[in-house]
Amino acid sequence: MKSLPRLRHLATLAAASLLSLTARAADTIKVGEFACLTGKDATFGQSQHKGILLALEELNAAGGVLGRKLEVISEDNQSKSGESATVAKKLLSRDKVIAILGEVTSGRTLEVAPLAQSAKIPLIASGATNPAVTQKGDYVFRVCFIDDFQGTVMAKFALTDLKAKKVATLTSVSSAYSVGLAKYFKETFVAGGGTVVAEQKFSEGDKDFRAQLTAIKAANVDAIFIPGYYTEAALVARQARSLGLTMPLFGGDGWESEKLLEIGGEALNGSYYSTHFTPENKEPAVATFVKKFKARWKNETPDAYAALGYDALYILVDAIKRSGVTAGPKLRDAIAATRNFSGASGITTLDKDRNASKPATIIAVKGGKLQFHKTVAP
Amino acid sequence: MSEFLQQLLNGLSLGAIYALIALGYTMVYGVLRFINFAHSDVFMVGAFIGYYLGKLVPENTVWGGLVVLLAAMIGCAVLGMVIERLAYRPLRGAATLNVLITAIGVSLLLEYSGQVFFGATPRTFPAVFPSSNYSFGSLVISSNQILVIVVAALLMVALQLIVYRTKIGTAMRAVSLNPKAAQLVGVNNDVVISFTFGLGSALAGAGGILYALNYPSIDPLMGVMPGLKAFVAAVLGGIGNIPGAALGGLLLGTVETFVNGSQWSTYKDAIAFAILIIILLFRPAGLLGKFTVEKV
Repeated sequence: MKSLPRLRHLATLAAASLLSLTARAADTIKVGEFACLTGKDATFGQSQHKGILLALEELNAAGGVLGRKLEVISEDNQSKSGESATVAKKLLSRDKVIAILGEVTSGRTLEVAPLAQSAKIPLIASGATNPAVTQKGDYVFRVCFIDDFQGTVMAKFALTDLKAKKVATLTSVSSAYSVGLAKYFKETFVAGGGTVVAEQKFSEGDKDFRAQLTAIKAANVDAIFIPGYYTEAALVARQARSLGLTMPLFGGDGWESEKLLEIGGEALNGSYYSTHFTPENKEPAVATFVKKFKARWKNETPDAYAALGYDALYILVDAIKRSGVTAGPKLRDAIAATRNFSGASGITTLDKDRNASKPATIIAVKGGKLQFHKTVAP
Repeated sequence: MSEFLQQLLNGLSLGAIYALIALGYTMVYGVLRFINFAHSDVFMVGAFIGYYLGKLVPENTVWGGLVVLLAAMIGCAVLGMVIERLAYRPLRGAATLNVLITAIGVSLLLEYSGQVFFGATPRTFPAVFPSSNYSFGSLVISSNQILVIVVAALLMVALQLIVYRTKIGTAMRAVSLNPKAAQLVGVNNDVVISFTFGLGSALAGAGGILYALNYPSIDPLMGVMPGLKAFVAAVLGGIGNIPGAALGGLLLGTVETFVNGSQWSTYKDAIAFAILIIILLFRPAGLLGKFTVEKV
């Protein structure tokens, strides 16, 4: 009989500790993140994740927001289509996050946008540039430029810098990003007096592009526009060079990855791509970010998606501070009202369509290295 | 014209890889009458063996490349025999459907344990063979493409010799014809089946290296699509028939390349598979397969 009170004591203790656990968990503000941490586009997700973690650690070290600490719950979609919706449902229904950050690719962000919209939970995309993303609803935002702008920039670049009159495009038909970017590129390029003489296509995950490149070779073009992601772009470059195609290759922000040069090697020399960010930018906010990022991640140089991920969390927290709430239309309105926010990727101002308008940076590949070429203002 | 020849060349080098993988499917089918779905993942393991070994041997040397190729073939042969011993042999005599489902299970096991051990992030395959490009007029061929075609051709000839000119090859054909009768005349079925798996898997390992040399971004799921295409190639040529698998692989690779280079490239797989359906409608046993009537 003696053990009974002790048991009861234990039970109360357990209950108390359980209560305190839930109480502590409720104290944090939960933010969801979905990213392609593994799979074909893994460097996108890894960069975004490292940027967000850096922002999180800084914010919590400074005491969090509204007196509460932040917590980021990250989910991996393995670069696969279909996975993002699954992990987003988990974040929304089980973790009850107050906002979702991600992703870099448009196709996978488009999967999550309707879910976030119907749950009235803000979604802040880091690198999804396809215009359709924020058209899914007024709870969907992005901190990067859109492909109308990027396509125009690259078309003008091809006409003036590359002096190209005839180009070929090699588009991934199963990627919303690729199809959109190719379309906007063509519109401006043709309006500027150029012609797109060959429009070749492939699907995500393809590895053999020799057939398309042989057809492009027969069309005799000045340059090839490849609006795809880095794995494909690098393989295309290698196969193009091995088929004797020596003209410049150029693409969009999908090329932004440390793996681009690793896979493509020398074949990429003489190529160009547009992106959101360059670590060579001398603006104080950018320079500080580069320094902090290197200190946190073993001297790794941040890329565009690290900077955009970092900014996405800071912009959310900035909106929480200004509105004083962590949910509902007030938070949404506060995010939408982001103006002249100075962050890692430069100045962010969200327009009425919840898109950021930012300058595009053009990077050149020369001698096996990435070099800053120029910046084009919106 | 030169575009046509270039596409033909591209198609043949892609088809040669399909053919190498298809041979493994067809050999196992010929002996055991079941499709070894794990075959395409043995192909993936071959590429990864090459990836890790390629870092140890000096880059861009012929002997280094041959060492990697040989090691991948041996490694895959061992893996194939282990899979057969652990997963398929206990099911010998069970319904074909059970073995088939086990094969799918082994395939998924290899793919997802590959993601655990190798990581799901694509790796860049090292340049183990020296590479250069040769041009004949406007026709360009890379040494890797030549390598694929030559190695594939050599291995196919070697396979044909093994099956038709050696004792173990005769035993393989005997088991294929009638396993019980083969056992009665003193053939050790287990040894023959094990050997068949080893041989088929070695070809898959070679295919993995050759594929990775031409498309140097490898990941644990890289075997899925080539495996599916090679399976189709094996059926197209007549499953169980060795020259048929080679023919099917070359045909599929060439058709795919020509469609890819045309304006209908979006429908690449649809067209390739439509051709498969049409051929099978007219020749149900495949191009070189013999249609046998089941005797009651």
